[in-house]
Amino acid sequence: MKVVPFLLSAALTTGLIYTLNTKTILPAPLGKLLSPQQGVWQNAEAANKDYSGDVSFPQLSGKTEVYFDDRLVPHIFADNENDAFFVQGYLHAKFRLWQMEFQTHAAAGRLSEILGGKEERILNFDRNMRRLGMVYAAEIAEKETAKDPEIKATCDAYTAGVNAYISSLTESQLPIEYKLIGYAPEKWTNLKTALFLKYMSLDLAGHDDDFEMTNAKRFFSADDFSKLYPAIHDSLDPIIPRGTVLAAQTVFPTAPAFADSLYLNNKDLVSLESFKPDRDNGSNNWAVSGKKTKSGYPILCNDPHLGLNLPSLWYEMQISTPTFNAYGASFPGAPCVIIGFNDSCAFGFTNGGRDVRDYYEVQFKDANRAQYLFNGDWKNTRWRIDTIKIKDQPDFIDSVAYVQLGDDWCPVMYDKNFSGNRTSNQKNYAVRWKAHDKSNELKIFNLLDHAKNYTDYQAAVTYLHTPGQNCAFACKNGDIAIRTQGEWPAKWKGQGDFIMPGTDTSYLWQGMIPQEEVPFQYNPERGFISSANQKPVEESYPYYMGRNYPLYRGIIINKRLNAMNNISVDDMKALQTDNYNEVADMILPLLMKNLQTAGFGAAEKKYYDLLATWNLRNDPGSKGATIFEVLFQKLQDTVYGDEYAKAPKVILRPFESTLVEGLLKDSAYKFADNINTPVVETVSDAVTAAFKKTVLMVKEAETKGKLEWDKYKGTRVVNLARIPVFSRTNLPIGGGVHTINAAKEAHGPSWRMIVHLTPETEAYGIYPGGQNGNPGSKYYDGFVDDWAAGKYYRLWVMKKGEEKDSRVKGRMSFGKGS
Amino acid sequence: MKFLISLLLTALLSFAACLYFPWWSIAIAAFIVAVVIHQKAGWAFLSAFLALLLLWGGLSFWISNNNEHLLAHKVSVLILKMDNPYVLILATALIGALVAGFAAISGSFLRKSK
Repeated sequence: MKVVPFLLSAALTTGLIYTLNTKTILPAPLGKLLSPQQGVWQNAEAANKDYSGDVSFPQLSGKTEVYFDDRLVPHIFADNENDAFFVQGYLHAKFRLWQMEFQTHAAAGRLSEILGGKEERILNFDRNMRRLGMVYAAEIAEKETAKDPEIKATCDAYTAGVNAYISSLTESQLPIEYKLIGYAPEKWTNLKTALFLKYMSLDLAGHDDDFEMTNAKRFFSADDFSKLYPAIHDSLDPIIPRGTVLAAQTVFPTAPAFADSLYLNNKDLVSLESFKPDRDNGSNNWAVSGKKTKSGYPILCNDPHLGLNLPSLWYEMQISTPTFNAYGASFPGAPCVIIGFNDSCAFGFTNGGRDVRDYYEVQFKDANRAQYLFNGDWKNTRWRIDTIKIKDQPDFIDSVAYVQLGDDWCPVMYDKNFSGNRTSNQKNYAVRWKAHDKSNELKIFNLLDHAKNYTDYQAAVTYLHTPGQNCAFACKNGDIAIRTQGEWPAKWKGQGDFIMPGTDTSYLWQGMIPQEEVPFQYNPERGFISSANQKPVEESYPYYMGRNYPLYRGIIINKRLNAMNNISVDDMKALQTDNYNEVADMILPLLMKNLQTAGFGAAEKKYYDLLATWNLRNDPGSKGATIFEVLFQKLQDTVYGDEYAKAPKVILRPFESTLVEGLLKDSAYKFADNINTPVVETVSDAVTAAFKKTVLMVKEAETKGKLEWDKYKGTRVVNLARIPVFSRTNLPIGGGVHTINAAKEAHGPSWRMIVHLTPETEAYGIYPGGQNGNPGSKYYDGFVDDWAAGKYYRLWVMKKGEEKDSRVKGRMSFGKGS
Repeated sequence: MKFLISLLLTALLSFAACLYFPWWSIAIAAFIVAVVIHQKAGWAFLSAFLALLLLWGGLSFWISNNNEHLLAHKVSVLILKMDNPYVLILATALIGALVAGFAAISGSFLRKSK
């Protein structure tokens, strides 16, 4: 009988299939992945793919035509607004579904569910998100938004559109990341839209240094502390110019009498870095009035600086309905156009950056955390039980205690169960984060998309509470304006810099700055408005703004705009991509003067000459730029390294401006001395020592062929799933944190936009990515090279009647149907 | 003649199966054809092997070519650690071929064992 051969070969076949279908033997299910009819080959889109088609859905009430241009930007023409938002959701899903889901899973602390629990880092990330109250905040936001019938309808339509697309997907049509990681999309909900917006809030308004500053305050003397972390900066050029008359103060926050002593003695030190939003999350925006432009019409410019990812955070589109016609960058994950323009005006944002995330130390009665002390009484803790699903492992249950501080329920983020890598688990810290408060952020975008004039803009922006943004505006009628918008806590001087006691009301926020008092400018004398994340107003402002703000982009932008006249769009493109290093401008002469060149060897002389002949521009091929940037880092290390040598690991290093201003003000800058040596080093000694260290580093870089600034910096756009082959690396772009063109390693101008408010809007834009989130599509990263080269695309504001234009490459018709 | 017919049928049936069923239904297809059109194990293996080599190889090549090998360049680096779309296409073809081949052998032995 041939039973044995049969059984053997059958077993072999089954074994082979099993091996190729799972991750147990091979690292990837190769059979599944490489099957041409289901696997990743299905994501290899034909180069001449035609996106045309007809689809119908019961949720639509009219007809919507979508025209795709040669960059795959959709131009949506809908009969009514809800249909337009439905189609927006559908298109966002069609081109960026995986990204939308992944970002909202991250925001919800659900990465363990898809990535598994192999790395403790992932579980900690998820716990961090839950304990910060991301889902809590999103739930509150969703409830609040639901009270606004118009916004609710918008969200419902958007969600329905996303789901209509998801429902149409077969396994073979799933985006490639789902296949590679091994999961399938779930339904979209309004809560996910809210979560996405909170994700942006975290990125922009989730930064804090409370633990780091508390440790610093304890470690350093009061005098040293105030010198290392100054609250006042001489070179500050605030968003609202100095001397501008501001609205009268009506809220008078006062520090508790015993603030100083109680407030400082936090003896809770710790390990390492936690999950913090990038400190440089910020942007530039400005608008110049017709007074200063060649055409007589205003020009508005904006470039938000965020993490550079593929697929991009932004998705370009035009939405046209009988009630509004808007074009700009949208967020896959939320409806509306976010940074863009309509037929009347343009709008853009830079991050406000004020500290709206404060920590309060809480006392529990027992280890069970059931009761906490507040105003002399033991109150009952409220609980939130977070179940974190982990792929292929049992669930992790995290019980998070919520305490009521004043009127607000706050999560006790760090306690004995979770340190976030910032505490020692001995104490309990609740987080008061503005993003937990009720708000209706989507309303601002909806209203701006419809805005026709300054009054509409004013009505719109007051809905933006968190994240606070400096909202720039320019209108075809000539108006320009900026508002340092947000619902900001009215703080007393120093409030929120450090961890505060949370056992009574003494240290709680005493109110919000009323909207009537938010500093703004409207058609100012100087003919332009601008912001680049610097402090909103001069430091005599009665409400505390915090200490650490970037200064230099604001300084250079204002210098340039003040001096410019007869401005053209090309001038604005040049300014937005400018690589002039303002920090070098301010500090390099002093550094060069202080170099003790007498003892220089051949290598030192060589790099000294390169630096001396440098044109102060961080251009891509520049060697001088690299030398300067390394020198500046080494100088900070040399000057402050000794003071910080014995400091706790969780501490904040001095602001960049601290060193610049310190050296400029004081030729005998005390920190230049190395406290570990008996000799008193001078500034010159420190600069020379730093230079010698610099030479070693740049010499090594040169041998690797990376002395040129772009090669040294290695700007890259990183795939969200961190798959290297789906990322774009080593982009030939200059700039950096010290220039207007703020492209650093994996962070920078994620969208560049210039809008000339002529009767026929003339607008330009570009982002480092592509409209299609599928790495198998030629539209995945088509814009990256042009972006790196500083190019812009002319944005086509399509009109009805242009359907036969040669720029139209495909048409999708949406109609009512089953 | 039998060889050629088995080959063609295996290819066709596999293609049809994969329109509705998971990828490994090619094994079922190859198995069924090997049972219905009996050949000695070696020939059964070869006809099924070649059928899928051509089917999966051909399909993936055609898809990749239309895609200007854009994705294949990336996926070959990701999975095979080398930037070569043709190796990826070959790997695809081999996977299908091997699975079908062994399934066909089982089919051949089943029939013979009856």
